[in-house]
Amino acid sequence: MTRAATEATEPDLIQILTPDGQRQSHGTYDAYLGDVDDDMLRGFYRDMALTRRFDQEATALQRQGQLCLWVPLRGQEAAQIGSGRATRRSDYIFPTYREHGVALTRDVSFSEMLRLFRGISGGGWDPRENNFHMYTMVLAAQMPHAAGYAMALNMEQRGWDEARRAKEGNAVVAYFGDGSSTEGETHESMVFASSFNAPVVYFCQNNQWAISVPFEVQSKVPLVNRAAGYGMPGVRVDGNDVLAVLAVTRWALEHARSGKGPVLIEAVTYRLGAHTTADDPTKYRMSEEEAQWAPKDPLIRLETYLRENNLVDDAYFEQLAADADAMAAKVREDAMAFPVPPLAKSFEQVYAEAHPLIQEELAWHLEYEAGFADAAEGEH
Amino acid sequence: MTTTMTLAKAITSGLDKVLESDGKSLLMGEDIGRLGGVYRITDGLIDKYGEHRVIDSPLGEAGIVGTAVGMALRGFSPLVEIQFDGFVFPAFSQITTQLAKMHARSEGRLTTPVVIRIPYGGGIGSIEHHSESPEALFAHTAGLRIITPSNAHDAYWMIQQAASCQDPVIFFEPKRRYWLKGEVDTETPALDAFKAQVVRPGTDATIVAYGPLVPIALAAADAALEDGRSIEVIDLRSLSPIDFDTITESVQKTGRLIVTHEAPTFGGLGGEIAARITERAFLSLEAPVLRVGGFHMPYPISKVESQYLPDIDKLLEALDRSFAY
Repeated sequence: MTRAATEATEPDLIQILTPDGQRQSHGTYDAYLGDVDDDMLRGFYRDMALTRRFDQEATALQRQGQLCLWVPLRGQEAAQIGSGRATRRSDYIFPTYREHGVALTRDVSFSEMLRLFRGISGGGWDPRENNFHMYTMVLAAQMPHAAGYAMALNMEQRGWDEARRAKEGNAVVAYFGDGSSTEGETHESMVFASSFNAPVVYFCQNNQWAISVPFEVQSKVPLVNRAAGYGMPGVRVDGNDVLAVLAVTRWALEHARSGKGPVLIEAVTYRLGAHTTADDPTKYRMSEEEAQWAPKDPLIRLETYLRENNLVDDAYFEQLAADADAMAAKVREDAMAFPVPPLAKSFEQVYAEAHPLIQEELAWHLEYEAGFADAAEGEH
Repeated sequence: MTTTMTLAKAITSGLDKVLESDGKSLLMGEDIGRLGGVYRITDGLIDKYGEHRVIDSPLGEAGIVGTAVGMALRGFSPLVEIQFDGFVFPAFSQITTQLAKMHARSEGRLTTPVVIRIPYGGGIGSIEHHSESPEALFAHTAGLRIITPSNAHDAYWMIQQAASCQDPVIFFEPKRRYWLKGEVDTETPALDAFKAQVVRPGTDATIVAYGPLVPIALAAADAALEDGRSIEVIDLRSLSPIDFDTITESVQKTGRLIVTHEAPTFGGLGGEIAARITERAFLSLEAPVLRVGGFHMPYPISKVESQYLPDIDKLLEALDRSFAY
């Protein structure tokens, strides 16, 4: 790609809070921040700090051999809190496997979230309680689910006018990353959603790295440019700016909800840590790059803004740190106390209706395991 | 009330019943609306139920199955059509990693009652990827149910039974039997869709067949009678789960078993049946369980497909081997 071509297609980046913590106004998106008062701003910081502390605790648990795997999100807190806080409770979220911050905004219990990673559940939480779907390990597999779910919403809302849809209508948020933008299911999902005007907000966290492969291998053009190919609006937002993400996602949800079809948001962010606890970023990326992104940390910029505007004092941060530590301790305690369900339980979950092979194999399994119990008793 | 209709028309009528009785049901697939599908199975249904319930989808199998999963998560019951057997593979990941596992992964909280209709099998003189029998690839995945009718009455009822099942069901349609006429009793439901059925009683050997090969197994049984052999024919109907009880009972009576399918013998369902029946009825067997299936090759060019497909002579040859044992 030539330099000229890059520049010609370089889209705007929506930013409200600059990396040095200065708030700037935006002609379109200020209108979506009218209700954001000091309490909300402090709340966003608290959400991000708690999410980061949870992430840190889960990473430690994995290092200590207590989790099979952990997927760190450090650096992506603003993209997740901003977008999650833009949704309504009745909207349905399809996450990837890294949306711990979005989960917080939906009141999914951090402890429950560790059941998947501790190896005692295939899902972990009840998606129906918080309209927050299970994590999906198969990249982009959730993307057509989101389109289908939104097509179903359209069927339920058939005949509603735009005003009613805007007020009572539901929408879907489909999270994905720069890596899964390449998957065919991402493409098919966007075609389906666009063709059927399905209310989906496609929220891409472009964190620059798909494990070890840099973004430029996934796409020669900014991802947001692809929206035009599907006939949907695309917005590129500074993913480390919680206010800009909130405003843009609110706008996108309003658009989708009111029956105008899907929207693509590209949140430009950076995965400050490893892809997973099994990853080693020192093998594929330069520390200079990480150093460049470090000052753009979403927590630092909001902290700067809060402090410079005298919205917080040291006591706020001290209390928050204490609360976060208490939360982390509780999560750790819960995780260690989770009972391991017997394999027999897994047999029951394969099918919704009775199944002869399941019954036969379960009976064999129980009899076989009971043999060990008898043998153990005999030894006493 | 009994009506004579083709197997194809029986499926159409069954789908009509489903759409009529369950307001949350809908059909989706490539060309299934205005055209009525390449085999016209959904012909006329768009006029009756509207394009929001009979949906002409964009051309993408992963998208079709994937969006059906999403609709099911919202409480709908989609019945989707894959145009041909050989075209299902772009959706393979959605079917095996998502649809099949949603109930287990959610610890039983979520159900995804999606039906995937797939015309399958050869013998229609077509070009590549239009004549395949990929059922074993799906039967190996827990969480799916797989059924296939061999006659109009079963087709009418089994598609309705698939639609009302809370588990995902792959409904394989024997495309070369679409025009096979039969009596459909629209008041008396067929047997449970997940049970096998003895379609011809016999005493000397058992042939297990399903889908397109059931009429061939019956014809082979007729021919064998000329040699004084009484052959029991079982229509398997359900490929996952498999009704081993019905097969076992038959083999305990006859002592000999031939399993036939168009799918390649290697790694096919015939092997699973042979192993299970050997375990369950070893002392009743007078001969090893024999398999008559396709060869280990891509489905052949149509001009020679008759040499590939199981037929009456191949079944008689297998019976000879069984009786000679």
